Amino acid sequence: MRRGRVGSAALVSPALLWWAGLLVLPVGLVLAYSFFERGVYGGVVYDWTLDNYRRAWDPLYLGVLGFSVRVALESTVVSLLIGFPVALFIATRPARWRTVLLVLVILPFWTSLLIRTYAWIVILNDEGIANRALRELGLVEGSVRLLYNEFAIVVGMVSTYLPLMILPIYAALERLGPELVEAAADLGANAWKRLWTVLVPLTLPGIAAGCIFVFVPSLGNFIIPDLLGGGRRQMVGTLVQSQFLEARDWPFGATLAVSLIAMLLALVLMQAWLGKRSSREEAVTRAV
Amino acid sequence: MRHRPARVAILAALAVLVVAIAASAATARPEQSVTLTISNWDAYTPEDLIPRFEKATGIKVKLAKHTTNEDIMGKLEAQNGGGYDIVFVSGPFAEALRKRGWAARLDHKKIPNLKNLYPGASKLAYDRGNRYSVPYTWGTTGLCWRSDLTRQPKSWWDLLRPAPALRGKITMLATDRWLMLPALKVLGYSINTTNPAHLKRAAALLEEAKKNLLAYDDTTFYSKLVSGEAHLVQAWDGWCNYGIAENPKIKFVVPKEGSDVWVDTMVVLAKSKNLDAAHKFLNFVLRPDSGKSVTELVLYKTPNEVAMRSVKKALAKQFPNLAIPPKKLLTYETERDLGKAQPLWSRTVSEIVG
Repeated sequence: MRRGRVGSAALVSPALLWWAGLLVLPVGLVLAYSFFERGVYGGVVYDWTLDNYRRAWDPLYLGVLGFSVRVALESTVVSLLIGFPVALFIATRPARWRTVLLVLVILPFWTSLLIRTYAWIVILNDEGIANRALRELGLVEGSVRLLYNEFAIVVGMVSTYLPLMILPIYAALERLGPELVEAAADLGANAWKRLWTVLVPLTLPGIAAGCIFVFVPSLGNFIIPDLLGGGRRQMVGTLVQSQFLEARDWPFGATLAVSLIAMLLALVLMQAWLGKRSSREEAVTRAV
Repeated sequence: MRHRPARVAILAALAVLVVAIAASAATARPEQSVTLTISNWDAYTPEDLIPRFEKATGIKVKLAKHTTNEDIMGKLEAQNGGGYDIVFVSGPFAEALRKRGWAARLDHKKIPNLKNLYPGASKLAYDRGNRYSVPYTWGTTGLCWRSDLTRQPKSWWDLLRPAPALRGKITMLATDRWLMLPALKVLGYSINTTNPAHLKRAAALLEEAKKNLLAYDDTTFYSKLVSGEAHLVQAWDGWCNYGIAENPKIKFVVPKEGSDVWVDTMVVLAKSKNLDAAHKFLNFVLRPDSGKSVTELVLYKTPNEVAMRSVKKALAKQFPNLAIPPKKLLTYETERDLGKAQPLWSRTVSEIVG
């Protein structure tokens, strides 16, 4: 027994070290910095203060947060509307096709985020591919402004994080298997009813996980709003970045980062609780 | 028993290795070569500068790159002012480095080429007498525009309240100091103002101006001009030259209200263990032939009088802003570190952009 315990400790220790060194320690540092003051010429003065948290409640920064939440929600909803049908499509293909399709879903991750984002600039700008196509089709005269606005930010977020929506939903659908849906069909439920009474409720944990996976990074991303939003709207990510770099105000940047982490943590805990509850319900349903 | 031969072999190998290392260390020490770690903006060092310096002095250089002043300041912050021997930063950041105690006091006896500078380049407000920084390039901020697509702008108002045809065809600089500059200039305030009322009035103008912007852009504004996405952009003179190089219909003008004189400098860090070599580098960059290659290859003006006199005349014809006389440049105000007012400035910019 003792040997076993030592052995398993040895096995998890790299992960534990990784976790402590690259997560607990830096987040702890950020938390600590958030209670100090900015030096007059940048840097950190180690005088304990709550002032940063008071500053974070400024309506200005709450407005930035509100806009970020809106963009992240929009990105999540669009990702879900695209991601669920795609996941369903993949899950209902024959097994050998599924692997190919899943690789296609993951493929964009092999390219740098920066390059994918710049590609959208090429596509969406006034003289870009999208506008030229619209003009050729006679749908518009001149050009439509597709770039440097909220629309472009959401497009960027969705194209970046869509795989994170598809994969957990696909996993949930695959685990579910076709039997329950077939049974529902045999009992006379039409497609619409099968979707809402069987598929969606039973894959809810997967859907919730996908939504979290898209919402969380969308909220904090600062490259996409900067490049595709033309820097014309600030999001929390850009705000934190500008506090650390431009303003050289590490304590206030840390405060904003801590507030964001706290919010997201609450969200993830909620999702975990939801997942646990539904898996308990599932167990009950199965038992019945 | 079976393991013993292997163990002996390993021990022997280790012993040989230890002796070899000790021997090489002993022989290497007297002729140990110095390596300077220098960080400059990307594409801001003429290609031949470092090889020529290495050849002339035998000192090796490791050239790191940063994207912005803020980027290198963040890196220095994370290393508590260490990690580099020399950094290239703009004037107000050189001032901040000095006030943080991170900049080394320069020994002018080791930089005789300081005499090549224009006299005005030693009287800049962020570091009078070049005690902690040596200017590398300088210039101003103005309007860069497509002469085939729009009329010549004359005032910062042409940017802040553009003609209807220009709406959505304009970009402004994104960094706080330059984002605020057009409004501060038309209102007649200092570009270093810390007066909340001044900032508020400037912010009101800029919020109005934002409605007509294509984007805030610090890095690709000249390519937006080349592609025709933008017709008029707020630009640093040197970066406008990159647009002019691709399309001669692109022009540069300093609005009538005036502008700033920005200075990019070299700062030796106090923590450097190679102060002698670092001084040699500064002195080498101040040589007339080095300054000449900076202007001819990077297309920025240098505050090096002797170097500027030797720059090919044709170049100033192609890029007229290279010929802005230093006398004119020095009538403008130079950026200072904002000190205690920095949080207020940041908040104001968030208010405009957010």
